[in-house]
Amino acid sequence: MEKLNSKIPDGPLSQKWIKFKASSKLVNPANKKKLEIIVVGTGLSGASAASALGELGYSVKNFCYQDSPRRAHSVAAQGGINAAKNYPNDGDSVYRLFHDMIKGGDYRAREANVYRAAEVSNQVIDHFAALGVPFARDYGGTLDTRSFGGVQVSRTFYAKGQTGQQCLLGCYSSLNRQIKKGNVKMFPRREMLDLVLINGKARGIITRNLITGEIERHGAHAVVLATGGYGTIYYLSTLAVSSNASAAWKAHKRGAFFANPGFIQIHPTCVPQLNEFQSKLTLMSESLRNDGRVWVPEVSGDKRPANDIPEEERDYFLERRYPAFGNLVPRDVASRAAKERCDAGYGVGETKLAVYLDFRDAIKNQGKKAIENKYGNLFEMYKTITGSDPYDEPMRIYPAGHYTMGGLWVDYELMTTIPGLYAIGEANFSDHGANRLGASSLMQAAGDGYFILPYTISNYLADQIRIPKILTDVPEFDETQKSAVERLNKLISIKGKQTASSFHKRLGKIMWDHVGMARNEKGLSKALELIKELQAEFWRDLNVPGSINELNQELEKAGRVADYFELAQLLITDALNRKESCGAHFREEFQTPDGEASRNDNEYAYVSVWEYAGEGNPYILHKEELKFEEVEMKVRSYK
Amino acid sequence: MLDALNKKLIEANNDPVAFDHDCREGICGSCGMFINGHPHGPVSAITTCHLSMRYFKDGETIWIEPWRAKPFPVIKDLIVDRSAFDKIQTAGGFISVNTGAAPEANSIPVKKKNADEAFDSSICIGCGACVAACKNASAMLFVSAKISQFALLPQGRVEAKDRVRAMVEKMDELGFGNCSNTGACEAECPKEIKLTNIARLNREYYKAY
Ligand SMILES: Cc1cc2nc3c(=O)[nH]c(=O)nc-3n(C[C@H](O)[C@H](O)[C@H](O)COP(=O)(O)OP(=O)(O)OC[C@H]3O[C@@H](n4cnc5c(N)ncnc54)[C@H](O)[C@@H]3O)c2cc1C
Ligand code: SF4
Ligand code: FES
Repeated sequence: MEKLNSKIPDGPLSQKWIKFKASSKLVNPANKKKLEIIVVGTGLSGASAASALGELGYSVKNFCYQDSPRRAHSVAAQGGINAAKNYPNDGDSVYRLFHDMIKGGDYRAREANVYRAAEVSNQVIDHFAALGVPFARDYGGTLDTRSFGGVQVSRTFYAKGQTGQQCLLGCYSSLNRQIKKGNVKMFPRREMLDLVLINGKARGIITRNLITGEIERHGAHAVVLATGGYGTIYYLSTLAVSSNASAAWKAHKRGAFFANPGFIQIHPTCVPQLNEFQSKLTLMSESLRNDGRVWVPEVSGDKRPANDIPEEERDYFLERRYPAFGNLVPRDVASRAAKERCDAGYGVGETKLAVYLDFRDAIKNQGKKAIENKYGNLFEMYKTITGSDPYDEPMRIYPAGHYTMGGLWVDYELMTTIPGLYAIGEANFSDHGANRLGASSLMQAAGDGYFILPYTISNYLADQIRIPKILTDVPEFDETQKSAVERLNKLISIKGKQTASSFHKRLGKIMWDHVGMARNEKGLSKALELIKELQAEFWRDLNVPGSINELNQELEKAGRVADYFELAQLLITDALNRKESCGAHFREEFQTPDGEASRNDNEYAYVSVWEYAGEGNPYILHKEELKFEEVEMKVRSYK
Repeated sequence: MLDALNKKLIEANNDPVAFDHDCREGICGSCGMFINGHPHGPVSAITTCHLSMRYFKDGETIWIEPWRAKPFPVIKDLIVDRSAFDKIQTAGGFISVNTGAAPEANSIPVKKKNADEAFDSSICIGCGACVAACKNASAMLFVSAKISQFALLPQGRVEAKDRVRAMVEKMDELGFGNCSNTGACEAECPKEIKLTNIARLNREYYKAY
């Protein structure tokens, strides 16, 4: 148990970070240049970390698998980014933001980290504004905000429906500045295949050049993983098709513990699946729920077009069930309610797997122009995808896999259980508990990279200044490279019949059916069986054309799917272990008589932290007990 | 569509067609190819990944080709090397502000009109269709979008001259052609970036000397 030390500074919550910063060790500027740091990932967390560390004078190497750092999936975030600025004077504060996140996360996140995330949120907004991120503004020239799912204050900054793109381009610009100065060296189209440890410390990575197939070695004094989430484990999700868990998974198998893998957020407002070849589901920003009203027909199987169904025959089920929050309940609550209605036969559209999101009343009250200003591009996107115009008829939406609260376990300093290995952004587990509140992920990713990691990493690197440049012609690099290449060869030499994507699709279906929004012991156990069978079939009948020494997209996919088979089993193990319902993790066996989640604080107020114990051995569970000193654990109610 | 084609190709033991893609929702800028002679296909204002098969007739033969422009060498099949775009951004596509040095966000008021216009320029996804569409392989639309975004904001004015000089110089050095005001870029841009950005770039450039 002593393996888990979360290193939370003592003292009152509001003083912890201040105290940490004041006492953290520093690295002398002359030594920084000699210290190398690898940052894998160029999303909001990776690009912000790489640029902030470069600015400080460290020698940074930054990696991504896309052709340009600007394409990391943070680019797709739509709705907004939170900060506790309290500009609208509506009662917001760092404390309230912290409290909302703890409550939204259903009391399964670590207080100290969440408080700090809220604390640095204001700096993030200041920084983005200074970088020229074109956030929405009022006529007086000041920044505008809106309210976002699950909260009652207006604290979300936005740039129409492209907030993620604009924030990412802001990070990309600060990254470019450091690349120009020579402080950051960029390695695009590289996939990290494995992590290299020397004497138990993270000292480098093995990558594959995705254009030439060449295997490369990179050494550093510390390694930062900013590799995003694993939502594509469902195949269909709101993530980019190439998003994957492989980097984090490889680190896990090298000794980094994995926390709360079973906590995955299902987003309520996505465009439903239209055909079988579809490879992703497009998110319709949650901000739409500010003005859109969610409903299904009151009579099951009502075939009339939406506009022909009169007001009194519509069931605005969120407003009915949750009068206090109505359409703005958190995502897990909204998703489950939609699924419940569809399962009960009230779904709409051809597949009956959809509910309406209706703007009729909003357009009537505020005018078409106002709605267009807020959601113009989202409406267009919806029309492009479906061919139907949301100004004239309600959108159809359905939940889809979206965000992974689980991830690599990190301590207060964002270090994993491997010394010198850090995890930031969606790749770590720390700030969102069992459910993430809207617009708090961009905030966390940028906060981690710009304002937290630069302080915490120096605490480690200060002790590394005597370590010379990490050379890569040592046995540790030889061995890790050898095992990475062996695996690629194994994948390519199966020469079976089926594509990696077809396996991914089948894995995703099992996951969605049994490990999605609602789970039970029987379904989870069955999924575990099915996945083991499918995994065996994968290693028997996979077909990867081409060779490993060239551009080979099928090989990339195969490696990612192979890792997903393993992660899926851990995820299910975690879901089976947690015999309670909390946040996005809804175990059907544990619910209140009216169908709400039933948490068990006596037995499960802990983070499940899983240690890999070698091929074929059962995982070892460590528990990080969660102590709530500031907030009282309450039943989360949005009624 | 290409996914379906590739599945068939692989199952018949052929090599699949390599193409760039990621987000599949028109925002990352990865995808891009000529489809029936148009960058991102015949439908205006959308990216390749958003081009649904319902825009084509049943049984229609569809021609696909990679971007063809000297500064974007073809790597394999439909994949081209667009790193020249990153190099232009590295040359000057930023505002020099250190982490932690930013003033309180609302201490820099920006006229709503300017903020909105800056936003309209900022939504370029860096796909390269403008270059591919241009007979001169000019990158003016792409570069002007970034220049305009920063030129319209007070935060960006401080370094405006250095920025425009550095970015234009880099663009020329990388072999992108000159703009002859044909407007093919604007017509093919999936994000509807306007030619007025190029006019602003030219103004900024003259002011810088
Ligand atoms: C559609 C959508 C909408 C969203 N909307 C919002 C919103 O409105 N507000 C909000 O706060 N959050 C939102 N989120 C969540 C938020 O966008 C993400 O959680 C956040 O951007 C993650 O950032 P990141 O830096 O951790 O990872 P990403 O941006 O996912 O970046 C991952 C990086 O890692 C690299 N990488 C991964 N594996 C490897 C490897 N093996 N080798 C090399 N490189 C690798 C990738 O190339 C990429 O650069 C949304 C998410 C989605 C999917
Ligand atoms: S200006 Fe338009 S066409 Fe050119 S890169 Fe940007 S989005 Fe693509
Ligand atoms: S795949 Fe991202 S824009 Fe087309």
